[in-house]
Amino acid sequence: MSQGDLLHVVTADDISQGRKLFGRAIVWASALIVVLVAAAQAAQQMGKVDFGFTTWRPTLYAYILWAVCLCWSQVLIRGEHGKRTLFVLPTALFVISLTVFPLLFGLVIAFSSWNLSSPLGRQFNGLDNVRQMWSDPFYWNALRNMVWYCLAILFEYAIAFGLALLLNAEIRARKFFRVAFLLPLMLSPVAVSWMIGKSMLELRFGPVARFARWLGWENPSFFGSPEIARLTIMLLDAWTFIPFMMIMILAGLQAIPRDLTEAAKVDGAGPWRSFWEVTFPLMLPVSVTAVLIRIIFKMKLADIVINLTAGGPGGATDTVTSFIFREYRDRSNVGYGTLLAMVYLVIIIIVMTILMKVADRFTRPRT
Amino acid sequence: MTEAIFHDSEADRAYRAKWYLSRLVIYGLLILWAIVCLFPIYWTITTSFKMAPNVMQGALIPWVDYTPAWLGWRSLGLSPDTIGAESTVRDEFLKRFFNSAITSVVSSSLAVILGSLAAYGLSRFSYRFGYMRNSDISFFFLSQLILPPVVLALPFLVLYRELALLDTRIGLILLYTLTVLPIVIWIMRDQFASIPTELEEAALVDGMSIWGAFFGVILPIALPGMMAAFILSLVLTWNEYFFAALLTSTHANTLPVMVASQTGSQGINWWAMAALSFAAILPLVIIGIVLERYLIKGMTAGAVK
Repeated sequence: MSQGDLLHVVTADDISQGRKLFGRAIVWASALIVVLVAAAQAAQQMGKVDFGFTTWRPTLYAYILWAVCLCWSQVLIRGEHGKRTLFVLPTALFVISLTVFPLLFGLVIAFSSWNLSSPLGRQFNGLDNVRQMWSDPFYWNALRNMVWYCLAILFEYAIAFGLALLLNAEIRARKFFRVAFLLPLMLSPVAVSWMIGKSMLELRFGPVARFARWLGWENPSFFGSPEIARLTIMLLDAWTFIPFMMIMILAGLQAIPRDLTEAAKVDGAGPWRSFWEVTFPLMLPVSVTAVLIRIIFKMKLADIVINLTAGGPGGATDTVTSFIFREYRDRSNVGYGTLLAMVYLVIIIIVMTILMKVADRFTRPRT
Repeated sequence: MTEAIFHDSEADRAYRAKWYLSRLVIYGLLILWAIVCLFPIYWTITTSFKMAPNVMQGALIPWVDYTPAWLGWRSLGLSPDTIGAESTVRDEFLKRFFNSAITSVVSSSLAVILGSLAAYGLSRFSYRFGYMRNSDISFFFLSQLILPPVVLALPFLVLYRELALLDTRIGLILLYTLTVLPIVIWIMRDQFASIPTELEEAALVDGMSIWGAFFGVILPIALPGMMAAFILSLVLTWNEYFFAALLTSTHANTLPVMVASQTGSQGINWWAMAALSFAAILPLVIIGIVLERYLIKGMTAGAVK
């Protein structure tokens, strides 16, 4: 955005020099307090002096004080303009202190061996974690699984599109169907993994297993072989998230002007051709957004896997998140897990950047 | 002369048949998918009223296949005969339930407040923080959506341990706010962009301050959008499991953690699990049915231009 303010406000601020000085003073004073408290705590941590701190909370409080002073000083120094900054500044501070700082801290942890339960504490171990990751077949396996899981999105997209078309047709009780189709999204994945994964797919008494036997599948087993287990997880995840894509596509369908489809009809296009040549191209931007958001959510897939298969059989259903979760739970090694997560983040950023570039080119109207 | 003068031609009748067929297919598919969506919920409700033999037989319809019993709800301490009595399980359940409710409501409200302010600022004024301009700041906020929880989880685990925030609700609330904030900003940015700036200009001419104009004029108009953002955040935070499982142990456990911890130990004790699962999903099922409009509004924000 290169243009100026959308909302022009002309203000005649009369800010005295003393007020400006006071504004600057509180920022620097509170910053000094943060540094002093942090230094005192660090000194105690290293065993030099004892101030009687039990936790790092004083530093946190000092930091919050500094943040409040920073916001206040904006108004003090810059008057009306400062009040505008106040719209964004608290959120920016909140996000920065909760992501950037932990991420930098995570980078430090990633290159160290740190077992939380051992008294040794953090030990810097250079590139050992990277080497361990390089030769960790389970991590690569989890990454490969993520590719499979993401490919399943294409099928989810097809089903979601079909359902959106159905809901967009002239039907009665549209509201009932819309609510019914939306409900799976409301359910917590943990409850779903019990409701469906543990009870409905139960081999002896579960209704789905009975149904499968009735269909002629002798010994239904949904988590036995690696391929079927992965497929089951995909289906469960699809079940919860198809409504999400469906709603987005439905909104897109409803935004298409009726004249266009009618014009196609007048021109003699059957429903099939008018779908492929009118509706589908018009839906491309919405579809791309829906699929991209879905990929982002898919990257976080873990709850169902953790609760249902714990990655088994043989790591066939592992996602990166569930793998790191178990890695931490079993060995409580924070360092290695953090490195794996960091590598995953880098991969995600690269993949999403490429996808967004491709999508951008793909959806731009061809002239 | 009773013969109809006007009658459908052969071609029209064929068309009618085709029309009925297409209706049949459409409704058939709709009902099929509705069953796929609703059956697990139905199954969970009915199972919570079953007893062991009913489960083994695979009974489906209450009063026909089996007689409902309060077994599952009794084990939660929520059946009619145990509701008055002391029950440790119920206390445990209620504690988890309120933990879930408090964390999700507080973090959603916080996210809506922070996110609306930021989205409003970004949609109305141009900022410069160092080299970052408006579009960069927006991108910075929205890019948090890509950040997988697992990247933050372990650093936060260590940080919270040092700050004594582990196993507290405040710790969870902070993280949850962070995770839903990008979605709120996404929705609210869309919402504010659709409100003409003339409204505030009029308010400013009338002598209101910029914050006064925001609270007095813009906020009431943007309320449906905020509601949508709030409901969507509520759904995401209520269902969150990963952070809760890592960062809480005894005091601040949320409902999903309780459900997950019961699944392993209960074995074939289905009725209790079904009652617990159903109690865990019930609030959101109600929200989904009653406030469906807002949910859809929230999910479609920014998707359709």
